[in-house]
Amino acid sequence: MSALLDVTDLAVSFRTRDGLVRAVDGVSLAVAEREILGVVGESGSGKSLTVLAVLDLIGDPNAVITGSIRFRGQELVGQAPETLRRLRGGAIAMIFQDPMTALTPVFSIGAQIAEQIRVHTDLSRRAAKARAVELLDAVGLPDPARIAARYPMELSGGQRQRAVIAMALSCNPALLLADEPTTALDVTVQAQILELIRKLRDDFNSAVILITHNLGVVAETADRVAVMYSGRIVESAMTADLFADPRHPYTWGLLGSMPALDGVRRERLATIPGLPPALDRRPAGCAFAPRCGFVRDVCRVAPPPLAGADHAVACVIPEGERGSARAGVLAA
Amino acid sequence: MLGTIFRRLVHMVAVLFGISVLVFLIFFATPGANPAARIAGKNASPQTIARVEQQFGLNRPLPVQYGLMMKKIFITRNLTSYVNLGEKVVPQVFRAAPVTLSLVGGAAVIWILFAVVIGAAAAAFRNTWIDRLLMVLSLIGISMPVFWVGTMANLFTQGIWHHTLLFSWVPPLGYIDFSKSPFGWFKALIIPWITLAILYIGLYARVLRAALIETMQEDFIRTARAKGLTERQVLLRHALRCSLVSVVTLFGLDFGVLVGGGALLTEVVFGLQGVGYLTYQALETLDLPMIMATVIYASVFVVVSNAVVDILYAAFDPRMRLRR
Repeated sequence: MSALLDVTDLAVSFRTRDGLVRAVDGVSLAVAEREILGVVGESGSGKSLTVLAVLDLIGDPNAVITGSIRFRGQELVGQAPETLRRLRGGAIAMIFQDPMTALTPVFSIGAQIAEQIRVHTDLSRRAAKARAVELLDAVGLPDPARIAARYPMELSGGQRQRAVIAMALSCNPALLLADEPTTALDVTVQAQILELIRKLRDDFNSAVILITHNLGVVAETADRVAVMYSGRIVESAMTADLFADPRHPYTWGLLGSMPALDGVRRERLATIPGLPPALDRRPAGCAFAPRCGFVRDVCRVAPPPLAGADHAVACVIPEGERGSARAGVLAA
Repeated sequence: MLGTIFRRLVHMVAVLFGISVLVFLIFFATPGANPAARIAGKNASPQTIARVEQQFGLNRPLPVQYGLMMKKIFITRNLTSYVNLGEKVVPQVFRAAPVTLSLVGGAAVIWILFAVVIGAAAAAFRNTWIDRLLMVLSLIGISMPVFWVGTMANLFTQGIWHHTLLFSWVPPLGYIDFSKSPFGWFKALIIPWITLAILYIGLYARVLRAALIETMQEDFIRTARAKGLTERQVLLRHALRCSLVSVVTLFGLDFGVLVGGGALLTEVVFGLQGVGYLTYQALETLDLPMIMATVIYASVFVVVSNAVVDILYAAFDPRMRLRR
């Protein structure tokens, strides 16, 4: 079966005074129908740009997208704006990080959802409004008819994010791009929203790309995980495999910096020393090399390719030595 | 919404009371000035001054004086001028008010319409030659003094080109009452309207363009795009609606000022006997009762138009309704 979304060698670059700067550098990933793919990475790793590129929503006239993005076999890179517009909010919908600012303040929730429905279907105004209320109900908002008549500022953050999700789902998208949907929310609300996203797959048959910097979110929600660092994917595996057998030193660093909820509590959380490289000063070799405890000469020459079929990793550490190296980083 | 309107109206009455007290105090309680002599006008006889003192109760306590003055302006409306002897002041203001309202109201319709179109077009074609051309034109419009534009308009439409087909329809300077001839009213005012509107078209177009461009950076604009709206829908529905707030703010101030006499230059150039013109004449002859009446009525117009704009605000932006 071919993938629903197939991204190959995607690069997003920005024209600057010093030439092109590559923010996303050769990313390839695939999402199957009904699959939840988690993309993890820190700020500036290019994870948001990757999904924004899918719908050409970067919105910067100096951004250049190259490579290939195929949705149901149709190439999206370089596609006519009108074709992309029809996909947006229809077959591919998006949820943004901050529900506080993601809704237009001067229109009611119901009107904003109905607007999207009317763009993609020929439902009447009244039918679209009724559908909006159904959707608000489906995402678990109490008293949906009343919520529909409200303005964004009258709702709490969690309610707004539910409304945003309801809006994204309004046209039964095959693919939902969720850009840090829980980052701006309280922890208790986060769990509810993640639960909702998981449920969506069953109710709406949507595949999801879930972007987050939080490995805990991924562990709970995603089927598969891609770890990004400085514009590249460094490791990609089924969620269970990644947590059972993390292979890239950066992934180890991420796991090591998570607080343990059970077992021995360490005095201080481990950190990864140093900072990610600036995009225009990315080293010639592996971008993680300057911060890596296991760096070799070969790492500094060229970036290691992402190798391996089911559990891919872009690292030169041979399989035999991996276990002991990892034990050094992740030792409690 | 009704609550907002009611609150705003109560607020308005309070402000009007405050203004009337202030204006009264400036005229009647300024130390070292004798209000009776000033009301009586230049070279008044002692008998006249005595009569003024008696009429305005100037030998009684200040609150009584204030009450008498307000009664003369608002209730009996028989405040009379001593400069143009016997001329009742309030009816003059009431004759002038429709002229000013017609002038400013019509100009406002023109300037809002053009400013929205130009501002939205400039924002939509941002950084292209269209944007630059529109902004340069706006700047030119802002820079041209209204009396010069008016004089030039008169020169062409009343003078050298009046006998060509282009401007032969233009009536002689002056106001034609709407009830007498709606079309005549329109013909008499269209050139003053445009003259007065030019400055504000330029100003509002630039403000709106800036507000639109700022709004287009907001997160909710990206959401609107992600919904599959066309670029035009995003601009005209989502961005414009949010950006109009800044224009409405400006409009409340400008409209009030103009209705309150700020259209003076346009009124004088086109021979329209409006509130500004009246104030101007009263100042020239130091006609204190007339100044008093025009100032008070002008402040009424300013405050009322501000209240109307605030109510418009609430209609435009739910955020304003929910606050307070």
